[in-house]
Amino acid sequence: MYLSTIPRPRALGWKGLSGNVFALGAVSLVTDVSSEMVTAVLPLYLVVGLQLSPAAYGVIDGLHTGATTLLRLVGGYLADRTDRRKAVAALGYGMSAVAKLGLLPAGTSTAALGAVITLDRAGKGLRTAPRDALITLSTPAGDLGRAFGAHRAMDGVGAFLGPLVALAVLAATGGSFDSVFVTSACVAALGVLVLVLFVRDHRSALPARPVRVSAVGGLWRDAGVRRVVLAATLLGLATVGDGFVYLLLQEREGLAIGWFPLLAVGTSLVYLLLAAPLGALADRVGRLPVVLGGYAALAAVYLLVAGPLGGWSLVVVVVALYGVFYAATDGVLMALAGPLLPERLRTTGIAVIQSGQALGYLGSSVLFGLAWQAWGPGAATRLAAAGAVLALVATFALVRGRS
Amino acid sequence: MRTRAKLLVTAAVAVLLGGVVVGHAVLSGPSGAAPAAGAVSGPRLVVLSNGLLSTVSRSDPAGPREVTDQRCDRAYSAGGTTACLRPVGAFGAGGLAVLDASLREVRTVPLTGFPNRARVSAGGRMVAWTLFVDGHSYAANGFSTSAGVLDTRTGALVTSLEEFTSSVDGVVTAAADRNFWGVTFAADDNRFYATMSTGGHRYLVEGDFAARTLRSVADGVECPSLSPDGTRIAYKAAVGGDPRRGWRLSVRDLATGAVTPLAETRSVDDQPAWLDDRTVAYGLQRGDGVNDVWSVPADGTGTPSVLVPEANSPAAPD
Repeated sequence: MYLSTIPRPRALGWKGLSGNVFALGAVSLVTDVSSEMVTAVLPLYLVVGLQLSPAAYGVIDGLHTGATTLLRLVGGYLADRTDRRKAVAALGYGMSAVAKLGLLPAGTSTAALGAVITLDRAGKGLRTAPRDALITLSTPAGDLGRAFGAHRAMDGVGAFLGPLVALAVLAATGGSFDSVFVTSACVAALGVLVLVLFVRDHRSALPARPVRVSAVGGLWRDAGVRRVVLAATLLGLATVGDGFVYLLLQEREGLAIGWFPLLAVGTSLVYLLLAAPLGALADRVGRLPVVLGGYAALAAVYLLVAGPLGGWSLVVVVVALYGVFYAATDGVLMALAGPLLPERLRTTGIAVIQSGQALGYLGSSVLFGLAWQAWGPGAATRLAAAGAVLALVATFALVRGRS
Repeated sequence: MRTRAKLLVTAAVAVLLGGVVVGHAVLSGPSGAAPAAGAVSGPRLVVLSNGLLSTVSRSDPAGPREVTDQRCDRAYSAGGTTACLRPVGAFGAGGLAVLDASLREVRTVPLTGFPNRARVSAGGRMVAWTLFVDGHSYAANGFSTSAGVLDTRTGALVTSLEEFTSSVDGVVTAAADRNFWGVTFAADDNRFYATMSTGGHRYLVEGDFAARTLRSVADGVECPSLSPDGTRIAYKAAVGGDPRRGWRLSVRDLATGAVTPLAETRSVDDQPAWLDDRTVAYGLQRGDGVNDVWSVPADGTGTPSVLVPEANSPAAPD
């Protein structure tokens, strides 16, 4: 099929966004306030509140990332199989809410704390794919960039507010971590309520023949899907992780440790401001160019932190470009992939794509750490920049003409 | 349900949840029976009671205590000087406060990080501290520490022992993964011991403050504490070399290198403190997060016993 014979998807602009997208955005906003509250104070709580030693602190993290990736696939398949995306998402949001409350009785037991944090991540793993599938199913294909942009911007507002709320609670209660966790659990419960009341499930009109595992195999035989998954994995491999980027900036510029969190705040501010406009841009000029532009910004970040420039302007430019990278890729990649997936298997497909990306990301962090040790930060970062450019070219070759 | 009804339900539940939050904060406010207050005479022990600098009698350590309003995360007293590591708050960065014998603040050093260890030399001149300087993401596995020393007489301040020239088995190392923690001073106010970790080893290092050098003495020694007579080091050793399996308290004879495991078999994650040449004290956390100060004979005999309930950071200043 020639590209020119594909009809341009219908687009209604911002009016194409249904109430469902904004309801899902509101759920994400509220839930992110809850989860970022905990993320912001957890290190302080573990080391100061519980006086855990660094080694014990490392044990808590453990190997849960792999398990939650698997759960994401389970959640996606379950949602498609039962055709109940909202129910699976609600289960995921609910698990995370319960986990917040579980921090109280977990006490100083590293095993219990690890279990609670795993439950939280498992909930996140379960809910992400059904939520993104609901967004694609509630939006005309031509407006998906806007839909994901609006959703991610609301999500970003929540992530931005979370740490501020946590600080306010700590200040109001004279430093009670328990109050932060109770507040976080209550905010999360409110998020579940908004989901239950305001989000409409998208039940397909197809005859209710349950999806089988063999059909998932069929998904993999679809060359278009395979290419997108491959591209997402490659893009994941090109991303070395926020921690490394901030660390490089900090080492280069000799920033005081206190500035560390501010780098993340600056990035998320740029992200939440640009997510919606870049989503709209993707609907207009095509999603692939915007995603590729995002990875070009990432390559620029890697080159800049290892390059000859320096000073405050460097910090500002890097943080801004990093925010552009997130805004141009996070939601837009889902908007790009969504229409390529058959509706009946969309949640599973989204889960497969996100898992590929997550696995690539895991691999890149390990590889980058090894490269850093072997050749030093400068060479490792230049290598990462080369990796980003390679992934960009490969993605272009893989997905061109399919979006 | 109509949209209006849904909004009303949401608002009602939000108010209810708000009530839960406020109710929890009010009900769980500062409680806990304070230890009996009372005057303390004779030889003393200094501890932290619920984060407040306190004094108990050496002869009746579970008895009445004098509780001050000095708030510290870690403290240590010796020779008329108290080192108090101020807690990191939501808005404050914490730091070191040096207090004189009447607990007046004579010097503060702003520091960034989570308080971990504090020590003062026997004569009260040298002060050392350790902070965790990592922990920005709970997904991070590594950690780093920063240990510093202040000479209260000259005002000389070393904010990180990484500035010193360090050597392992005689070979100078500047490895980027060096971490220092747990300083303890010798009687001459110049020599000191500490832990240096690099390449997976946790070395006991001997330092020279004036010469700005550190050299390795032994492997597998963390959080050393020099006995008052200067002949032995009490420390914690990772079980099987793996901190994940916990730590065992031991005493090492500096002259012979002989190691005596102490009768405490539970995992102790603290820098021990000598009460005298025969007794070692340390903090141990209960399941509910409350610390008790325990003591055990330094020669490997006897059994551990609670010395000061609901306290940590023990020191025998006189």
